[in-house]
Amino acid sequence: MSDDIYREIILDHYRNPRNKGKIAGPDVSIHDSNPLCGDEIDIHMKIEGDKIKDIKFEGRGCAISQASASMLTEMVLNKQLTSVKDLTKDDILENIGLTNLGPARIKCALLSLKVLKLGMVKYYADRDPASAKKLQEDSRTL
Amino acid sequence: MQKSALNVRKIRKDFPILKREVMGGKQLVYLDNAATTQKPLSVINAINNYYMNYNSNIHRAVHQLAEEATAAYEETRKKIVGFINAGSTDEIIFTRNTTEAINLVAYSWGRANIKRGDKIVITEIEHHSNIVPWQILTQEKAAKLEYVGVGDDGYLKIDEFAKYLDSKKVKLVSLSQMSNVLGTIVPVNEMIKMAHEKGIPVLIDGAQSVPHMPVDVQKLDCEFLAFSAHKMLGPTGVGVLYVKRDLLEKMPPFMGGGDMIKEVHKYETRYNDLPYKFEGGTPNIADVIGFGAAIDYLQNIGMDRVREHEIDITKYALDKISAVKGVTIYGPANATDRGGVISFNIGDIHPHDLATIMNDHGIAIRSGHHCAQVLMERLDVSATSRASFYIYNTKEEVDALISALAEARRLFRI
Repeated sequence: MSDDIYREIILDHYRNPRNKGKIAGPDVSIHDSNPLCGDEIDIHMKIEGDKIKDIKFEGRGCAISQASASMLTEMVLNKQLTSVKDLTKDDILENIGLTNLGPARIKCALLSLKVLKLGMVKYYADRDPASAKKLQEDSRTL
Repeated sequence: MQKSALNVRKIRKDFPILKREVMGGKQLVYLDNAATTQKPLSVINAINNYYMNYNSNIHRAVHQLAEEATAAYEETRKKIVGFINAGSTDEIIFTRNTTEAINLVAYSWGRANIKRGDKIVITEIEHHSNIVPWQILTQEKAAKLEYVGVGDDGYLKIDEFAKYLDSKKVKLVSLSQMSNVLGTIVPVNEMIKMAHEKGIPVLIDGAQSVPHMPVDVQKLDCEFLAFSAHKMLGPTGVGVLYVKRDLLEKMPPFMGGGDMIKEVHKYETRYNDLPYKFEGGTPNIADVIGFGAAIDYLQNIGMDRVREHEIDITKYALDKISAVKGVTIYGPANATDRGGVISFNIGDIHPHDLATIMNDHGIAIRSGHHCAQVLMERLDVSATSRASFYIYNTKEEVDALISALAEARRLFRI
């Protein structure tokens, strides 16, 4: 089973994460952690005209959480928030190619999506309270 | 192979769960004993027998079942007196776990005795359960928490401890006797003496030590000792707080309710005698009775032999694990200075990934911060992997761990 998880692409994103670091003057910065294992992710975004113009993450944790965050930043860079906000758990698991993780490790894979959703909650708080509320609810299911 | 003092093959037969296969046919290798231990059949049967034959509430009714249940519940208290050499059953309070036992001290003794500007001394190796209650108390009282540091070798800095004790503001010392991460056995004998020279009471967190080595509260002379049944073959949901009688007599109650009272009137209550004054509400009767069977099991083996077995297996595991390329082991290098707990990291493999790979091989280890984030920050790691042993573990199981480590290195290409 571990052979299916720790594939070349996961190890590559773990050891050479894409879009890792900070952004000068981000529009949104958000942090969250997984209390079970202590994985941590920060996401910083520049948003222009409803588009994610830049995204960077910082974090520490297991290969799954960090590779998943790296792949998520690639997935949403230059995308419209309107399409990003509806991303689901399955979208992420398919994107990273890990569809049969156990309940404990799924949390690792989904932490970055949770942080991204919480970031959008912050962004939408005043602009679009209804979307903010929906994203907040989504984030609780992750 | 060196022969262990314990007959581990025979012991293993008493633990039904050890026959279990996991992950599609792999023999279970259970190396997460610092989190909780497995239970022998005698403990499971004792709980079962209570519910099957004499389930009843205790200390109140006069019918036969209640008398039997009360006797069995109180019998465990007597066994604990013998196990830790307490002065009397009056000094033994049942709680849910070590955490509740420490909180009982913080809320009862702490609120009555800690004042603005006072200090409580703990250490960097403490479990969250011996940190957070003191943070809550010191914040409430505008008092201060001080940490004795731990060296890179895994030993506490006793000179720092001595320096803290010079302050007349120190009103309590609270120490783990054995680190649940580093395995370090803390020289509490010496530290209690040092604190007593300044008239400072000491709480010992025995969650890791009491299950694994002989602990004698009269020899230690500590004021408080807290430990949990489930880390020593007993069921979950039972903890023990030992308090020296003269302190306990002056402590206000912790939780108000049934069983902790003598008389209740509209605006006043006369509290019950010790130790019942501190056991409000119907307790965990079945599991206390089960704990009695666990103490019998350990007494039959003898805690000296438990300790010898763990030194033996820990020495073996330390040698084997440290020979694996890329491994960092945390804590004392000498097996006689540590309990049967080995925390380590290997290359850039995160402990959760390592635990997942181990699980594929049927090996249960713990990964994470082990409820010791203060220590993790001190070690500058976000997490560690931890293998921890008990009376039923074998050197063959250590060998299985070593093969799985080789597999992890292959998967991560290191």
